[in-house]
Amino acid sequence: MKSQISLAFKKCRKENRPALLTYTVAGDNTKKKSLEILKSISEYADILELGFAHNAPTADGPQIQNSSYRALKNGIKLKDVFQIVKNYKKIKNAKPCILMGYYQMVYKYGEKKFVRKCKQVGVDGLIIVDLPFPENKEFSRLCKKNFITFIQLLSPTTSKERMKKIIQSSHDMIYYISMLSTTGGKLKISPNKILKNYFKIKRLSKTKNAVIGFGITEKTISSFKKADGLVVGSALCKGISDSLKKRQNPVIKLNKMVKKLKSRIT
Amino acid sequence: MKIKKGIPLIDQHDKNGFYGGKFGGNYVAETLKKPIDDLTKLFEKCRKDKNFIKERDNLYENYVGKPTRFIKLQNLTDHLGGAQIYAKMVSDANGGAHKIYNAITHAMLCKKAKKKYMCTDTGAGYNGKMFSMVAKKFGLGCKVFMGTRDIERQKPNCDSIRKNGAEIIPVTSGSKTLVDAVSECIRYWVSNCDKAHMGIGSLVGPNIFVKICGFSTSQISRELKVQLEEEFGEIPRRLKLINCVGGGSSAYGFWSEFFDYDKKHIELIGVEAGGPKNSKLHAAPLSKNSKIAILHGAAAYCVQDSDGQIDETDSCSSGLDYPSTSPIHCYLKDIGRARYSFATDEEAFAAYKLVTELEEISPSLEPSHSFAEAIKIAPRLDDTNIIVVNSCGDSLKDKDIIKKRLGSYSR
Ligand SMILES: Cc1ncc(COP(=O)(O)O)c(C=O)c1O
Repeated sequence: MKSQISLAFKKCRKENRPALLTYTVAGDNTKKKSLEILKSISEYADILELGFAHNAPTADGPQIQNSSYRALKNGIKLKDVFQIVKNYKKIKNAKPCILMGYYQMVYKYGEKKFVRKCKQVGVDGLIIVDLPFPENKEFSRLCKKNFITFIQLLSPTTSKERMKKIIQSSHDMIYYISMLSTTGGKLKISPNKILKNYFKIKRLSKTKNAVIGFGITEKTISSFKKADGLVVGSALCKGISDSLKKRQNPVIKLNKMVKKLKSRIT
Repeated sequence: MKIKKGIPLIDQHDKNGFYGGKFGGNYVAETLKKPIDDLTKLFEKCRKDKNFIKERDNLYENYVGKPTRFIKLQNLTDHLGGAQIYAKMVSDANGGAHKIYNAITHAMLCKKAKKKYMCTDTGAGYNGKMFSMVAKKFGLGCKVFMGTRDIERQKPNCDSIRKNGAEIIPVTSGSKTLVDAVSECIRYWVSNCDKAHMGIGSLVGPNIFVKICGFSTSQISRELKVQLEEEFGEIPRRLKLINCVGGGSSAYGFWSEFFDYDKKHIELIGVEAGGPKNSKLHAAPLSKNSKIAILHGAAAYCVQDSDGQIDETDSCSSGLDYPSTSPIHCYLKDIGRARYSFATDEEAFAAYKLVTELEEISPSLEPSHSFAEAIKIAPRLDDTNIIVVNSCGDSLKDKDIIKKRLGSYSR
């Protein structure tokens, strides 16, 4: 059986464009608003990544940190994150949903209980930022058993040997970190160089859906059209921060932003 | 689980970096896997290299000043009327605390890795100060991440850091203390691991940082062993080694030669920060039985809420004000080799007051926690018991806090 995630990529491939993946933080700026945001951007995005906030993030840049702290300040709990996914999944044409966060939250909740809960509310995939290969093997198997795509990350520091092993053990989607950076950094290297690295990975993993993330914005997204999928996170988190600052509705702002992103790659 | 004899405890981990099967590990972003791997290979090579060790020993002798004094606190002993109390004056070390040992190893590794600058975290400011000192000595750049709350309360050390030409990067997220400084430092390394060498300031973090730190501070214990034999003609039959525990680098260094001994012979007592007496907040995950959390790349007991968020801590001593602790101390607690207790802010200040009134020493607020424990237990013991306290920091950095709290500060 093909996963919803694979089907989403397949559809985009047919339309001759990369999949658009968004990242927002559950509970940013409130539980209600973040659900509304998901529903609203779902119109243009192909896959929705949803962050579950942790207050000691070791790989997030300032934008996503802001979003996480905002969500935590407004009382987001893991059970609310699951509820948000569950409610989102009730809408017609709901898109695949990927939860993303730090291992501490999973560990505390209990690995098995966490994965079972994910399955129950309709989570399609999981990214655990600080659970790298090979330590993640067991957790990855647990996800697979529950029909959840465990998404591994590759970075510019990943050696070719290691890449091969990670790809071999990966499920139907992998994530390439474009550069040495926490989330949301400015693009430090040219899109061409990023794509060159990206295609090295593609050659090793013809059947996997490989996405590029970190540093992608409205300005840069069109340079990456050849990829299977593109993740935009910090730019959207910043969008929420900006609209809150101006006392505007972040739902409208995000809808506009994602629409524009989509138009740049179609 | 038992400690193996003849192998440094830092090396008694499994292939994934866990002590006792569950403490430690390497929970890091993919980007850091390679830099950590490179650093691990470099460290393992260097520690076997005679020249590297010779250079280090030379620095410990002539730059840090070796050995730091081992002295009897006769007045305190007489006053308490029980066990004999000694102090290992690690605050004699150049810079005024044990953090210098780890900083030296990191600067040497940074040089070997051909990197031009180091980044590190600091709470009390001592680790930052020591990194800034060795950076200057080795001709390296240095960035020190420090919470803004600590920048305010540890001004003397901040002044030293800047005077040495290092840059302090203020961290304003979360509780604005050590926990956030470490997170920010790791984030910085994620973005700059191709150019920067990272040193973590205590026995925490991904496995390799625990190892480098323990490898370095164990100098304290090597000196102590010789000094004990000189003073008593043997290792005393009833010995208690008391050390404060934040991240646990000082305690590991103080104890590392003695893990093999039976605990009835040599008791190891770690003292955490109990925080203000009437507050729920503390920084004592070991002695207050916190559960395991994954923080800063490792699994260890950690103050946290039911959802897994790291809880706020509070302590008068910036150096102990950390929600988690070293995986090695978790392991020592689990197997019962060390005992952990806490002292409140009030007890630490009272201990500082008593010790400085009676003796010619002036411990900072971190080791004042250790003295508080010594003061608690000494009267209950007879004089065949020898207590040694690691006085691992000098009070000068705390002069403003002490003045405010006790009305005056003199040195
Ligand atoms: C003087 C002093 N003592 C103790 C500590 C606690 O650290 P650790 O337990 O890592 O040795 C610090 C940390 O900054 C310190 O500055």
